[in-house]
Amino acid sequence: MAQKFTPEKFVPKTVYVTYIACTPEKVWEALTRSEFTKQFFFSRTVEIEPRIGGSFAMRMPDGKYDIKGEVIEWDPPRRLSVTWGVAFEEFRELPESLVTYDIEPMGGSVKLTMTEAHQWDVPEAILAGGRQGWPLLLSSLKSLLETGKPIEINVKMGPPKEMLEAVEQACATKPWLRT
Amino acid sequence: MTEPKFVYVTYIATTAEKLWQALTDGAFTERYWFGTRIKSDWTLGATVTFLRGDTVYDSGAVLECDPPKRLSYTWSVKFHEEFRGERPSRVTFEIEQMTSGSGKRSEVKLTVVHDDFDTGSKVFRAISGGWPVVLASLKSFLETGDPLEIAGVGALKGAEERALAAARGAAA
Repeated sequence: MAQKFTPEKFVPKTVYVTYIACTPEKVWEALTRSEFTKQFFFSRTVEIEPRIGGSFAMRMPDGKYDIKGEVIEWDPPRRLSVTWGVAFEEFRELPESLVTYDIEPMGGSVKLTMTEAHQWDVPEAILAGGRQGWPLLLSSLKSLLETGKPIEINVKMGPPKEMLEAVEQACATKPWLRT
Repeated sequence: MTEPKFVYVTYIATTAEKLWQALTDGAFTERYWFGTRIKSDWTLGATVTFLRGDTVYDSGAVLECDPPKRLSYTWSVKFHEEFRGERPSRVTFEIEQMTSGSGKRSEVKLTVVHDDFDTGSKVFRAISGGWPVVLASLKSFLETGDPLEIAGVGALKGAEERALAAARGAAA
């Protein structure tokens, strides 16, 4: 956590693009305010200090931290970039990733691009968690902003077994320390 | 080297049957697919045509048709000279009924896989930018009754030009 932040070390691994019939300001608001994230982001609340270097966190309904990070870019309503450290016990040793939301106006709609980037050679089994989650929560965000109702599908909380095994193995061998 | 494969997942508050109709009925595709009308009798091996007005933009043949769960067809670009030299690729739609939290409405998971491209395919580059727009418009259409409006009437042309520019960039 105390290392100097070097964005060029992060390589995009998962990108999800969607288009939403609303304004960039509405998308920005939905990503940064708990009354929205509670509805589309697996019931999480969000805490974000509105400045570069500010703290960023998401909490589960029981109040426990899920994600902790730092604001890397704060450019409302166009670009938000935060470091993304998973606060679960098993994940704590993993290097943090970088999540960036790009919001571009397109005629009457908005193009939203989510990019999840990593600073080490993350195994597919670990990436799988995000690749399952992002489409659901960004589909839900689109529904929420266009219809007032998020997607309601119940997801099994918690990471899949294969992902936990991959995390355990990564924490034991720490491949990110190799140069 | 791994072959290019495009995968996109979205969740839509609709029924599997309505989504199936939206994917296979030209009167529906015309609404959300920015004027593209799909035409086929959806029997195995039948021709699939993508028309704008009377112009055939793309065409293919039905590989799998299992309503309302799974649809697959080949895809050849006909209109754009730039892409005509490539062999047909393959598009597969998979629709899964989901259980919503309240149990009060139907929600489905749609997975679109577009694959069977040669390495370096320009079509692959173009469709990777195109599908998210079409599928976002499809979701809006089914959930709100209105497709997406992207930069008004000139949107499609703009999108095509961007796709072509991207393909040229990839080839350069």
